[in-house]
Amino acid sequence: MSTEDENIKEVEAVEPAEDESSRLKSENPGNGIAGMTVLFFTIGFAASLIVGWIVFPNLLYSKKEQPIDFNHVMHMEEVDDGCESCHFFREDGTYSGVPKLDQCIDCHEEIQGDSRDEAVFVEEYISKGKEVPWLIYSKQPDCVFFSHSAHVRLAKMDCVTCHGPIGESTTLKTYEYNRITGYSRDIWGRNPENMLGLKKNTWDRMKMNDCAECHMEETGRKSSVSTHKDGCFVCHK
Amino acid sequence: MKIDRRYFLSLGIGAAAGTALSPLPWKSMDDSSIWSQNWPWTPVPPDGEATYENSTCTLCPGGCGITVRKIDDRVIKIEGRKGHPVNDGGICSLGLSGAQLLYSPTRLNGPMIKVNGSFQKISWDEAISKIAEKLTDLRLQGKSHTVAAITGSPRGTVPNLFKRFLDVYGSPNFLYPSSFEDSYSHLAKKTHGQKALPGFDFENADYILSFGAGIIEGWGSPVRMFRANSNWKSRHIKLVQVEPRLSNTAAKSDKWLPIKPGTEAVLALGIAYVILRESLFDQGFINNRTDEFSAWREGVLETYHPARVAGITGIEQETINTIGREFARAKKPIALCGRGEGRTSEGIGEIAAIQALNALVGSIGIRGGAFAVPEPDYIKWPEFALDETAADGLNQKRIDGAGSNQYPDTDSLLHRLPRAILSGKGEPVNAILIANANPCYTLPDTQTVIKALKKIPFKVSFSTYMDETAALSDLILPNHSYLERYEDVPVTWSLAKSLIGLTIPVVSPQLNTKNTGDVIISIAKAMKGSISDAFPWKNYTDCLKTTLGKYWNPLQNNGYMKISNYNPPEKMTKFVFQVPDKTFPVDPEGDEKVLPLILIPNDSMRLSAGSTGSPPFLMKTVSDTVLKDNDTLVQVNPNTAKKYGLKDGGYALLKTPRGFKKVKIYLSQGIGEGVISFPRGLGHTAYDKYLADKGVNFNELIGPVEDPASGLDVAWGIRASLTKV
Ligand code: SF4
Repeated sequence: MSTEDENIKEVEAVEPAEDESSRLKSENPGNGIAGMTVLFFTIGFAASLIVGWIVFPNLLYSKKEQPIDFNHVMHMEEVDDGCESCHFFREDGTYSGVPKLDQCIDCHEEIQGDSRDEAVFVEEYISKGKEVPWLIYSKQPDCVFFSHSAHVRLAKMDCVTCHGPIGESTTLKTYEYNRITGYSRDIWGRNPENMLGLKKNTWDRMKMNDCAECHMEETGRKSSVSTHKDGCFVCHK
Repeated sequence: MKIDRRYFLSLGIGAAAGTALSPLPWKSMDDSSIWSQNWPWTPVPPDGEATYENSTCTLCPGGCGITVRKIDDRVIKIEGRKGHPVNDGGICSLGLSGAQLLYSPTRLNGPMIKVNGSFQKISWDEAISKIAEKLTDLRLQGKSHTVAAITGSPRGTVPNLFKRFLDVYGSPNFLYPSSFEDSYSHLAKKTHGQKALPGFDFENADYILSFGAGIIEGWGSPVRMFRANSNWKSRHIKLVQVEPRLSNTAAKSDKWLPIKPGTEAVLALGIAYVILRESLFDQGFINNRTDEFSAWREGVLETYHPARVAGITGIEQETINTIGREFARAKKPIALCGRGEGRTSEGIGEIAAIQALNALVGSIGIRGGAFAVPEPDYIKWPEFALDETAADGLNQKRIDGAGSNQYPDTDSLLHRLPRAILSGKGEPVNAILIANANPCYTLPDTQTVIKALKKIPFKVSFSTYMDETAALSDLILPNHSYLERYEDVPVTWSLAKSLIGLTIPVVSPQLNTKNTGDVIISIAKAMKGSISDAFPWKNYTDCLKTTLGKYWNPLQNNGYMKISNYNPPEKMTKFVFQVPDKTFPVDPEGDEKVLPLILIPNDSMRLSAGSTGSPPFLMKTVSDTVLKDNDTLVQVNPNTAKKYGLKDGGYALLKTPRGFKKVKIYLSQGIGEGVISFPRGLGHTAYDKYLADKGVNFNELIGPVEDPASGLDVAWGIRASLTKV
């Protein structure tokens, strides 16, 4: 319902508009207004894509360097047991994760070679008995229960399947952490397609869906092999 | 070109479409949910290698073995120790919450002194020399006997260090709270000629007649009792629970006898009457191993006819007959008592009546029966010399009258201390040392206790926490937590064979605390002369090691040591019947005309009623029929409620001769008419926000009632009234 006054204004407005539209038609056959509309739509669309895909991830993640660099290749040459030489299972089946000083101290009591990182390692950490605060790319949230033993020992999976060819790296990549959650970017994936849930390699992402996907492929269901529990409680205890 | 609303709209729609096709909204949503599930301020145990240490729990007298899981120097979880003779892998909810006590914010960090009503930090050296000076001063004035000490129990090296200190210093006033153990111990003196602790071979018994013992509510060694109870269930062994209230134990028993409170011993003698009348007793045992049977028999047959007993106890005559027959016909029956947790004593006459049932059926000193267990006697310290002052001081009368001509067999009557102080008669108490005890919360008539303690000019607390007593003290020298110290834990509570447990420092001390054993030795050393000479050890660990001698290593490796190969000497398997006297049933305090109801306490595994305050985990388990917001609910029978116009959930004023409190009403058929109840363990005023000001402290509403034979406080309830407000 409109008031009388409004009706009058509408009527007045109709007439000049007719004129203008015929003028535009003759100057710009096709769609003057529509073109501008599309243009603005495209600007908005493109800008938000740039924000969403480029600006946002850059803002979301903050970069941190590891306290010292580490050369996996060089260490792999020195050890007999591959990854498990340093990343081992404890007697009770729990997984040791990132090595502690105890494991390094045998060789690194004295400075080895002449790299700056080695000097820092020995002086700042080994001789002070202080653990290196390594930043862990694969750290999962505390609400996630994950057993290395079930995957590596029972299911005979390779470390590479989830962690990638870290053993072939000579230097540690920059650690990027999520400003909201505090977790590493490697969980979500570093490449653009990872953001859509796509990946080239199994280790590119390690979010919940990636776990579920592999469980489905390997076992035909999302349940835990050892506990036969289905659904959330496989990982969220 | 004019930019109008239309273009803005398209820009907006474009931006919305683009945003929807970018990770921004989805990722933000996902991240927010991950963030909210992992609040950075939620404590999370650290990652790392788990190690396990075996130790002993000291949070109640149960003496369970525990296995503590640690990551680095952090305690993550406390579990029951598998294979331990007391609890074999089991644990109670209080024991499980021990980590919260270790890391509690109410723990005291370093010694403190009260100056103008508020605490200030001082150093350990200052604190120790302040005590040494004050005590030396009193001694020089010939007032050594006006110093007292309260410890949580009389057993173990630390309480004995206190006792030794008082002895050599010259004071007879070593006090500790009494329990059902003390009543049994008294009876043992009469029947075995020697004090002894009660022990029961529940694991091999086949009929249990419990006079109010909270089998699954913390009586004896709680976890051992849970296990015994499940064992009875699976073996279809009958548990008869005599109790005025439908406790958990009563609810899970095979037969509940809702008795009139306080008349348990009368029922026991009614049952004895049936066994005597029908000649169902063990003639061999009576002939060979008991004395005074005829006199006792006469006394029982004269006074305790089941018809009369039924009138007093409210248990039907026919039921008394049945229970008498069942009990006597069982192969290995046990009768036991100690109401609720057994923290309060019972009259010697009462306990003698109940123990007589065991004697009648020959269940004393045999497998599946009751035992008189000698006190653990591993503490053999060198004699020490008393100087003149000490000898004089020790010759003075004790402030509580224990050991006097009236009560020669009683060692401590702590409940008398407050009135002795307030009466103004006799010597005042000039200084008091309090360790491992919280009398300002646990003693009956708490307000009077507080008033009395305030009169003592020099009060020293050794508490780990800011409990009610520490808050009132002038000086606090906080002890290590039980997870940070060495200490021997003699475990006696109802075990047929007692044992010694050991606590070990599972983690390094988290705060600036010291083992109370070390502090006492340091005080003694600071006082020089004969006092210092009586403490020849370098420190407490040295004292403990020397005391345990050859047992130290096995105890350290094993965590416990059975006081083994105990074959009871003959006199410990005998029984001397005690002719029933007029000392029971004990009347509750109060005038029936003004206070028509009877208030009884109840105990629960969900609350710690002793000197350990309930940790937050435990408080979370308390149901809202017990504590709602900050109100205590009093359990009332619907008929009682009708009579006094009380409504479920409504407020009422609960009055006893000792005070009054505003409470809420909880209507329940689980309690008899005229009886009301609420649990011990609530109503703290100290500690933290999880414990303080929640509900009512039962002890504030009850006062002591003394057993004429022993002087022990045997109050099982008190007269009360409820008025709607
Ligand atoms: S029953 Fe007592 S000793 Fe045993 S775990 Fe519980 S609190 Fe500790």
